[in-house]
Amino acid sequence: MSQTVSDRPNAPLYTLPKAPTGITGLDEITGGGLPQGRPTLICGSAGCGKTLFSMEFIVRGAMQFGEPGVFMTFEEKTEELVMNVASLGFDLTQLQADKLLRLDYVHVERQEIEETGEYDLEGLFIRLGHAIDSIGAKRVVLDTIETLFSGLTNQGIIRAEIRRLFEWLRNKGVTTVITGEKGDGTLTRQGLEEYVSDCVILLDHRVSNQISTRLLRVVKYRGGVHGTNEYPFLIDEEGISVLPVTSLTLDKPVSSERVSTGIAALDKMLDGKGFFRGSSILVSGTAGTGKTSIAASFANETCQRGERCMYFAFEESPQQICRNMDSIGMNLQQHVDAGLLRFHASRPTLNGLEMHLVAIHKAVKTFKPTTIVLDPITNLITVGAMSEVKSMLIRLIDFLQTEQITVLFTALSLNTVIQEQTDEGVSSLVDVWLSVKDIEFNGERNRGLYVMKSRGMKHSNQIREFIITDSGLDLVDVYLGPEGILTGSAREAQELLQETGVALRDHAVSRKDREIERKRSVLESRVSALREEFESVQEELNRSYVEDELRNEVLEKNRAQLTRSRHKED
Amino acid sequence: MEEEQEIWELRLYVAGKTPKSLLALANLKNYCERHLKGKYQLEVVDLLQQPQLAEGDQILAIPTLVKKVPEPIRKIIGDLSNEEKVLVGLNIRPATPV
Repeated sequence: MSQTVSDRPNAPLYTLPKAPTGITGLDEITGGGLPQGRPTLICGSAGCGKTLFSMEFIVRGAMQFGEPGVFMTFEEKTEELVMNVASLGFDLTQLQADKLLRLDYVHVERQEIEETGEYDLEGLFIRLGHAIDSIGAKRVVLDTIETLFSGLTNQGIIRAEIRRLFEWLRNKGVTTVITGEKGDGTLTRQGLEEYVSDCVILLDHRVSNQISTRLLRVVKYRGGVHGTNEYPFLIDEEGISVLPVTSLTLDKPVSSERVSTGIAALDKMLDGKGFFRGSSILVSGTAGTGKTSIAASFANETCQRGERCMYFAFEESPQQICRNMDSIGMNLQQHVDAGLLRFHASRPTLNGLEMHLVAIHKAVKTFKPTTIVLDPITNLITVGAMSEVKSMLIRLIDFLQTEQITVLFTALSLNTVIQEQTDEGVSSLVDVWLSVKDIEFNGERNRGLYVMKSRGMKHSNQIREFIITDSGLDLVDVYLGPEGILTGSAREAQELLQETGVALRDHAVSRKDREIERKRSVLESRVSALREEFESVQEELNRSYVEDELRNEVLEKNRAQLTRSRHKED
Repeated sequence: MEEEQEIWELRLYVAGKTPKSLLALANLKNYCERHLKGKYQLEVVDLLQQPQLAEGDQILAIPTLVKKVPEPIRKIIGDLSNEEKVLVGLNIRPATPV
């Protein structure tokens, strides 16, 4: 303990110096790497990756951290080892030539060995010491020292010597990795864990539903905080990657930028602008409701903006998707050709969930899309339990949100009865949940689309009829009438009915108008006739009046004349 | 059993002059003088001085006696205190004495 601290006087006393492994994810779990200058035990059953793990520790140490290493193997010959790890791109021959690595094959052949009397393992110490000194090694791997137990009979001596060996390695200040085969009920067959008290990492290889998952757990890490969970890891062409939950705290960056869904009417339902960038969207629905079409149209829209989109298809091949989307007026092939759209199609059963997750991670890291589509996540259920799928999706969403990537999942609801729950239980994780529903009515099935939730924006609470036409997707208002919700041809019929009604009413109104018009003209003609009559009567009256006056006048005149003439006579 | 012309090539690996090493060397010399007089070559390798030699003969334990000739190669580890085992290991005496 004091050794490592005094070796590095600059390091603060309270922190344990750590030797980074360079293994993706492991350094995050252990908070920086393995305890420096101390032995670490890596145990696990056969074929769980112990040798590879320790080899990666040595090789990365040599290549990335400038710490030469000694790999002492008790099982594989050096040539075999060189060949085995060459597939991971580790050139051990070159590293040996550069004096960054030393391989030492310790062969213990019980047949050749006769034991008599007292002995010790000083020979091993000398060999190891020589190997360490010859290249100035800082890291040592013993893979696996348990072979000694089968090669030699005097267990008491071996135990004492192994204890001494670890003490000696500590004193030398080298970071040591010891591998051990998992025993029955114990971490290692020979109980090596009792000698190694600083750090124990357990590797496991579990097969469930014929799919294997590799898991890693830090059993013990003295003097350091470490993640205690089982973390899945994988071995691929780039070595080991351990996948911790990318962030345990929820402090991801958020964007208030909006991106269109590719369906204008859907944008309108989402406050007129679409999704938030970097949000997660779930499209769930029963079979044949057009989930893939929604996904494809979102992908299409992304590419049309000139951004990159990655499409993970677990059901259909890229060609199939392109062809199918062509039929509804979306040319995805052009985006593929332009390098904006990349498909990653694989059967879910190709590998375990974690492998999928890593594949997604890697694809995202290399392709740098702004949008990814997973179609459909429900198929992942075939390779993992629901809780595993959920935990994978949590990690995926976490990761994507940190990267500010918008993700769209589609999920198949198996049964319409459980409408409000998606099978993966991811509905609580996602930001936007669109549900596409079959509406069976009047002898036909139509699609209805709801926005079940949409965090952080005003969204429509209305059901829309979702129609797929030759020119793309559209949403139309459903008919809400006294008969309930009408969709499809029933809606069309209803609309027709309404139009007819209007026409009929129009017709009726105009007929009445004309009748009134007619009545008015009749009335008016009658009025004018009466007026004529009145005028003629009036004229008549006037005439007789004038005649009377005239007559009176004439009479007056006559009488005056008569009077005058009478006076004359007088 | 023994062929007249055969020479036993023996190599004893030690690490410094530890009591075990000295005991092994004394035991070995004793056996050889009694059973292989004039028919053996003994080389003592001190790994503290020549650590690089440990790899060649796959030495783990100290002391280790390696018999290279006659075939087969045998290693006898320990302080060689059990004469019977050593002689069997060196093919001087058959494994199951009558």
